[in-house]
Amino acid sequence: MQEQLNRILEEAKAQMAKAKTQAETDEIRVKLLGKKGELTQILRGMGKLSPEERKETGQMANKVRSQIEGMLNDKFEAVKQAAKEAQFKIEKVDVTEPGVARNLGVKHPLTRTMEEISQVFMNMGFSIVEGPEVETVYNNFDALNAGPNHPARDMTDTFYITEDVLLRTQTSPVQVRTLLKQDPPIKVISPGRCFRCDTPDATHSPMFHQVEGLVVDEGITMADLKGTLDSFAKQLFGPDTKTKFRPHHFPFTEPSAEVDVSCFKCGGKGCRVCKGSGWIEILGCGMVHPNVLKVGGLDTEKYTGFAFGMGVERVAMLKYGVDDIRLFYENDMRFIEQFK
Amino acid sequence: MLVPVEWINDYIDLKDISTEEFCEKMIMSGSNLETCEYFCQDMENVVVGRIEKIEKHPDADKLVVCRINIGDKEAAGIGEDGLLQIVTGAPNVFEGAYVPVALHKSHIPGPLHGQPKQEGGVKITKGKLRGVESFGMLCSAGELGFEDKVVPIAHREGIWILDPKVYDGIEDQIGKDFAEALELKQAVVDFEITPNRPDCLAMIGMAREAAATFGKSFSYPDTTIQNADGEGKSADYVDVEIRNEDACRRYVARIVTDVKVEQSPWWLQKRLMYAGMRPINNIVDITNFVMLEYGQPLHAFDIKEVHGGKIIVENAQPGETFTTLDETERTLEGDMLMIKDAERSIAVAGVMGGLNSEIEEDTKTIIIESANFNGDSVRTTAKKLGLRTEASSRFEKGIDPNLTEAAADRVCRLIEMIGAGKVCEGSVDRYPAPQSAKVLDVRVSRINHVLGIDVSRDDMVAMLEGLEIKVEGSGDIMTVTPPTVRQDLLEEEDYIEEIARMYGYDKLPVTLPKGNNEAGMPYERTIRDMAREALCGLGLNEIQTYSFVSPSGVDKIRIGEDSWERAFVKIINPLGEENSVMRTVLTPNMLEVLARNYSRNIEKVSAFEIGNTFMDNPISLDHLPDEDYALCIGMYGRGESFFTLKGIVVELLKVLGIQKPVFVAESEYGVYHPGRCARILVEASAEMKAAGEEYEELGIMGEIHPDVAENYGMDGVRIYCCELMFGAILRKANTEIVYTPLPKFPSTSRDIALLVDEDMEVGRIKEVIEEKGKPILEKVELFDVYRGKQVEEGKKSVAFNLVYRDMEKTLTDDEVVTVHNRVLGALKEKLNAVLREM
Repeated sequence: MQEQLNRILEEAKAQMAKAKTQAETDEIRVKLLGKKGELTQILRGMGKLSPEERKETGQMANKVRSQIEGMLNDKFEAVKQAAKEAQFKIEKVDVTEPGVARNLGVKHPLTRTMEEISQVFMNMGFSIVEGPEVETVYNNFDALNAGPNHPARDMTDTFYITEDVLLRTQTSPVQVRTLLKQDPPIKVISPGRCFRCDTPDATHSPMFHQVEGLVVDEGITMADLKGTLDSFAKQLFGPDTKTKFRPHHFPFTEPSAEVDVSCFKCGGKGCRVCKGSGWIEILGCGMVHPNVLKVGGLDTEKYTGFAFGMGVERVAMLKYGVDDIRLFYENDMRFIEQFK
Repeated sequence: MLVPVEWINDYIDLKDISTEEFCEKMIMSGSNLETCEYFCQDMENVVVGRIEKIEKHPDADKLVVCRINIGDKEAAGIGEDGLLQIVTGAPNVFEGAYVPVALHKSHIPGPLHGQPKQEGGVKITKGKLRGVESFGMLCSAGELGFEDKVVPIAHREGIWILDPKVYDGIEDQIGKDFAEALELKQAVVDFEITPNRPDCLAMIGMAREAAATFGKSFSYPDTTIQNADGEGKSADYVDVEIRNEDACRRYVARIVTDVKVEQSPWWLQKRLMYAGMRPINNIVDITNFVMLEYGQPLHAFDIKEVHGGKIIVENAQPGETFTTLDETERTLEGDMLMIKDAERSIAVAGVMGGLNSEIEEDTKTIIIESANFNGDSVRTTAKKLGLRTEASSRFEKGIDPNLTEAAADRVCRLIEMIGAGKVCEGSVDRYPAPQSAKVLDVRVSRINHVLGIDVSRDDMVAMLEGLEIKVEGSGDIMTVTPPTVRQDLLEEEDYIEEIARMYGYDKLPVTLPKGNNEAGMPYERTIRDMAREALCGLGLNEIQTYSFVSPSGVDKIRIGEDSWERAFVKIINPLGEENSVMRTVLTPNMLEVLARNYSRNIEKVSAFEIGNTFMDNPISLDHLPDEDYALCIGMYGRGESFFTLKGIVVELLKVLGIQKPVFVAESEYGVYHPGRCARILVEASAEMKAAGEEYEELGIMGEIHPDVAENYGMDGVRIYCCELMFGAILRKANTEIVYTPLPKFPSTSRDIALLVDEDMEVGRIKEVIEEKGKPILEKVELFDVYRGKQVEEGKKSVAFNLVYRDMEKTLTDDEVVTVHNRVLGALKEKLNAVLREM
């Protein structure tokens, strides 16, 4: 009987060496350890043996059984592992194949630029205000201290709906609306569309966007204007940006200035973008003319303020190197998608 | 305003200041410049020569061979006779002519005749023209860098001939460097003059600015008349009467006799050319010179054409015809100011002289007119006549009437100086209401307060006096008297600006406003931003199109005749028909963009625009139209369908807090495919419901009608569009988010398949399920629609998944069965929907 047990053990070893799959291994288990298995049969036949023989054989049988069980467990583990590895081999992918596209859409570059500009001012505590694109002549010109013969009023410069209604030529009428309904402190920007009678070419568009700003409070100075716009330029174009304020003239501000920023392409050394000067004109600004503050019924002795404005297309063209303004309104997807 | 630096030096000594420094400091004190051009900077090896001999070219009819004397200048190609051979095709050369000669290996500014301007100029070398050697080139003024509009007519077409009568002493300059002989090398600065500073449209105005900027003194031009040897006095020849004193504030007339009309000397021609004007003849050139110097337009009449020795300034007769100097007959209106003699009109005041009193070669005695006309009057006249001249544009901007006398005297002095005539003593001066300066009190403290600086009174006074502003008073008050040319200095702010620019904008401190503000944004804008973010997240690209459109857009999208989409706000003066009305809907622009991309072979486009639309509102109080934002989506390309678009719309509305939009089939709206179009509705507000409206419309969506697609050149392309009205969305949007606790108890799910009629809408079935599944039906979703085998013709099978849950407890089977059977029963009863075996 002991010989028989030894044979079973040897046989088990031989069979297991041949088994390749989980099923084959299971077959071995059933054959040896199942209800009708060889080892089970032996154990059942032990009743016929003497107590001494039974004890000895029993011990041996149990040993063989646990040996086989151990071997089976190892074998199961091994074939499972082999199966996994085989699976991995089959499932291998070519990682250089393209991914399945899940495209994000793109904001229009002008929206993007306007948002960037607005965000800088919002970080400085400016609120956004809006107004209509079709405006009154009063809000667009009269209230902004533009004289009755100001050339911008010409039909060759401004689109009219009626004698008293026009397409706004600037977003400043929104400032007038703000002055009429809000008391100082006022700290607002008005982004939006504007219209002027320019035939479209590479640098002109009859419709364009502006962001204009207005600050009115007690004790606002021209130094505050410089500080605010200098900080804006540094936030939008980078911390090393310098600003230059040059005297200029606008009807609704006095003193007025144009602001140049040091060229963000060459840092001021002179390049194609800044036409060699190292500076790029980007803003118009000035101290709000008392005549404009009076529109809002303000005490001009008590309150002072500053205003500024910039063209969004111009900023976007400079920032992204776009050389034709018409591209913004053609909406060719190959253009739009470059601004992802 | 072109300012030759040489000219400014007549009044202020700037010789120790480089042109770069001059430009930079002038910019910072308020005179912005457009350009600074250095004339003839890179002109080399061009000399003065004399044509000694001209022979015909043996092989070319249009060419001649010149032998040129260039004195003792050494150059390649000088023959045994000491002359240089040059071939030219210019028609105006003659023996004895003095000419500019570009030698072999010379450099000229260019461009060459008939060629475009070249950066960096042109190099000239010897060569052969039709077999004859030519050792250089004879140059035109254009080839030496002068613009066509400033070159004198006499040598505009051909070589620049230097007439010794004009170019004094040219005979002694043979072989000398041409630029040196004619003193050509100098800088010309083009200043940008802002509309508040018409006084700077004059050389002395710019000199005044330069004096203040550099802290130097400047002197006015000399106006003393030395001989006054004309016969008699001015008043003996002419009398002046102003009949419209509003339109003509002053009129000064002086008489010059023994006039010799001829070419001006080179120095005078040169000044005009560098300042951008073409020399004509000595009298015209002097009046132009003085106009550039003072900013005061002047005119000269031939006295024999001023009948009755009388000048009358009054309005035209309505309907009167008059021929101006440009030989154009014009019909006048009653509000146009004219200069007349005793019998007829002889000039349009401040705009242009008449052909009938023009100076001609045989003119002997002239009247110099130096007058001040009202800017508005001149503007109106010039505009009506469509005739803007150098004079009219100057009057429009406003001129100091005190300039007229000095300007007239200056003209007379220059006429004497170049021997162009004899000046008569005295003038006829009509000046009914002399202009005085606006005296004003301004405060030192206020100026410091606005600028954020602390400058002393003394320093401010010095700055203002540098600008010829007289300052009196004491303490905080400065009583200021500006020169009368400074018509812009009227209020305290104007002086704040003067101090700011003289102090230097770059020296102003840099501070930030002291107050604290919280940044806010209009709710509408927040909603628009949210919509934009959502649509980009869903893979759509944003577009921006013009707010003004062609009225034919609504035709192209088949909008009905009397529809609201045609209630356009119209532009009176559009650039063209295609931009003549404000858009009422965004869809036509969207289709144009889609079509443009399609025509450029872009296979697939998903785009959206959020933009203003405009609707005429005849009863609005401020006469403004109604403006509202709209949102338009447009898509074409593989994989898109009605339902991909619907999915986008539903998700977008969800982001905006609009949970349960209702889609109702629409087959009447011409824009869309009649079987693939839906109105997008949402449950009406309580007030609207009270008024009997169950739903409110948000917009419309669908597949674009094939005829519309064809109108945009997209025949056979399936296009999906949606246009939402933002006003309605705003009323319905809800950005508040409230947390619902997660369920603690399990749910039970049931799938059902129903056999229904083909035209039964899924939405209707869902409505019944939702109604009857209350309160334990958590959700119901369509997961399959099947037609075909096992489903009889005219029917379809629709399959739903129903999820039941009670938030308070675990549902028992009985509870679920009860509700589920109620649902099935209602479906059978109301919709004749029969349960199919799954």
